[in-house]
Amino acid sequence: MEYFVQQLINGLTLGAIYGLIAIGYTMVYGIIGMINFAHGEIYMIGAFIAVISFIVLGAAGITWVPVMLMLVLIISMVFTSIYGWTIERLAYRPLRGSFRLAPLISAIGMSIFLQNYVQLVQGARVKPMPPVIQGGFVIMERADGFVVSLSYLQILIIVLTTVLMVGFTGLITRTELGRAQRACEQDKTMAGLLGVNVDRTISLTFVLGAALAAVAGVMVTMYYGVIDFFIGFLAGVKAFTAAVLGGIGSLPGAMLGGLLIGLIEAFWSAYFSIEYKDVATFAILVLVLIFRPTGLLGKPEIEKV
Amino acid sequence: MTAVKTGTTANTGSTGEPMLRIEGVHTFYGSIEALKGVDMQVQAGEIVTLIGANGAGKSTLLMTICGNPRAKFGRVVFEGEDITQVPTFEIVRRGIAQSPEGRRIFGRMTVLENLQMGSITAQPGSFDRELERVYTLFPRLKERQAQRGGTLSGGEQQMLAIGRALMSQPRLLLLDEPSLGLAPLIVKQIFKVIEDINREQGMTVFLVEQNAFHALKLAHRGYVMVNGNITLQGTGRELLANEEVRTAYLEGGH
Ligand SMILES: Nc1ncnc2c1ncn2[C@@H]1O[C@H](COP(=O)(O)OP(=O)(O)OP(=O)(O)O)[C@@H](O)[C@H]1O
Ligand SMILES: [Mg+2]
Repeated sequence: MEYFVQQLINGLTLGAIYGLIAIGYTMVYGIIGMINFAHGEIYMIGAFIAVISFIVLGAAGITWVPVMLMLVLIISMVFTSIYGWTIERLAYRPLRGSFRLAPLISAIGMSIFLQNYVQLVQGARVKPMPPVIQGGFVIMERADGFVVSLSYLQILIIVLTTVLMVGFTGLITRTELGRAQRACEQDKTMAGLLGVNVDRTISLTFVLGAALAAVAGVMVTMYYGVIDFFIGFLAGVKAFTAAVLGGIGSLPGAMLGGLLIGLIEAFWSAYFSIEYKDVATFAILVLVLIFRPTGLLGKPEIEKV
Repeated sequence: MTAVKTGTTANTGSTGEPMLRIEGVHTFYGSIEALKGVDMQVQAGEIVTLIGANGAGKSTLLMTICGNPRAKFGRVVFEGEDITQVPTFEIVRRGIAQSPEGRRIFGRMTVLENLQMGSITAQPGSFDRELERVYTLFPRLKERQAQRGGTLSGGEQQMLAIGRALMSQPRLLLLDEPSLGLAPLIVKQIFKVIEDINREQGMTVFLVEQNAFHALKLAHRGYVMVNGNITLQGTGRELLANEEVRTAYLEGGH
C-alpha cells in the first residue's frame, strides 16, 4: 500500500511533465496536421537554458528561490518561444502546401540538427544541476522503515502544471485568440475570410507549445538533477505517445494522456522491470495506433457537409 | 418598385468611383484559367447579382475579390484602393465580408462562437448591438446559440453563415448562393433579409445566385457569366426580359 502511494505520487509528477510537452504536439498537429518531431528538442533546449540561467543567476547573487525560479521560468520560456517560432518559419512554413511528407522529413532533420547543435556548443557530457528545492513531507511510514514522501518539488510541479493547464484551457476555449486558433484548425480559408491572420496564428501555436515545453524542461532539470543533449528524444516520444493516447489534436486528451503515461511508467518500473520502462510506453503507442488510432478523447466527427 | 430601382441605378451608376471595380481579372487554378478577363463594378448602396451556369467562375470571382486565390492579371479596386495584392485578412478588415460557397460553418464551435468569429474585424464594442440585430433577423439562431454549428440544419447553417458575415458590419457583403438547397419558404425569408439590410442599413450586396429569377427581381443590376467571361449586363429588369437569359437561366421556372 505504501509503495503504491509512493508510485502514484511519482507517476503524477512524471505525468504532469509529459502532459505539458504533449500539449505542444497536439496543438501543432491540430492546426497544421503534422507531427513536430523537433518538439522534444525544444524541451531539451528549455532544460539547458534552465541550467545556464540557474548558474548565471546564482553567480549574480540572486539566490532566493522564488525569485530565481520565476526568472528561470521566464528566461527559458522566452528563449524556447523564439526557437519554436524560428523553427516554424524556417523549416515548416516554406513547405506548406507541398506534399504531405515534406514537413515531416524537415521536422526530423530539424530534430537531429538541434541535438547536434546543443552537443556541439554544450558538450556531450551530462550537465549536473545542484538541487534548488529540497525537502518535503513524509506522508506514511511502514513498519520496516519504508517512507512515503511527497517532496516540495513534486508539489510545485503538480501545482504549477495544473495552473498552467487550467490557464491554457481558458485561453483556448474563452478568448478571441483561442477561437481564432480553433477556427484555423477547422477551416483556414474561412478563418482568413473572417479576418484571422492565419500565418500568425500558426506561429503563435508553435510559440505557446514551446513555452509549455520549456516549463517541463525547467521542472525536469530540477527533478532529476542531470540533463544531456539527448533527453529530448525519449521525452519527446513519450509525450507524443501521450498525445496519441489521449487523441491527437485534443487538448484535454494531451493532458489525460500525459498523466496516464506517467502513471504507467511509474508503476511499470515499480512492479515489473525498471530496465523495460520505456518499452511499456512504446508498446502502448503501438497498441493505440492499431486498436484506437483516434485515442481516448479523439475528436468526434459530427459535422454535416 | 422595379422602376424605382432602375432609377436609383441610373443615378449611382453615373456618379464617380464605384465601391468595387474589377478590371480585366484573370484567375488560375494551376494551369486552369477560371476567370478570363472579368470587368465589372458595384456602386455603393446597390444590390448586384451575378448569374451563370455551374463552373462558370462565379465563386472564383467572389473569392478573388478576397484575395484567395489571387488574380494573376488585372486589378481589384475597393473604395479607390487597389487590393489585388493585399493579404486576405487585411482585405476583409477594410469592410468586405463573405458568406462563401458551401457555408463553411465552424462545425465544432457553437452558434454563438461562430458569430463571435464574424465580429473579429468589427468595431470594438459593437458586438452586443450586432448580435441583437442578427438575432432579430434570424430568431432561430438565438434559440440555437449554444448548439454546435455542425449539428444545425442546412437552412439554419445558411442563416448562420449570413449572420456571421453581418457581424463585422461590412460595407460590402458578398453572398455565394444563399438559397442553395433550401425550402421555398426559407429562400423567401433569406431574400427578404437581403432586401432589408440593403434598404434599411444601406449595405451594398454582391449576390451570386442559381435562382436567377429571384435574384434578378431583387437586384438593381446584374451580370451574366459564361466560362469565365462576363457576357451580358444590365438592370435586373432588362436581364429578366432578355431572350438569352430567359432561355438559359429562367427556362421552365416561374
Ligand atoms: N480549387 C480548385 N482547383 C481547381 N479548379 C477549380 C477549383 N475551384 C474551382 N475550379 C474550377 O474553376 C472553374 C470555376 O469554378 P467556380 O467554383 O468558380 O464555378 P461557379 O460558377 O461558382 O459554379 P457553381 O455554380 O457550380 O458553384 C470550374 O471549372 C472549376 O472546376
Ligand atoms: Mg460556385
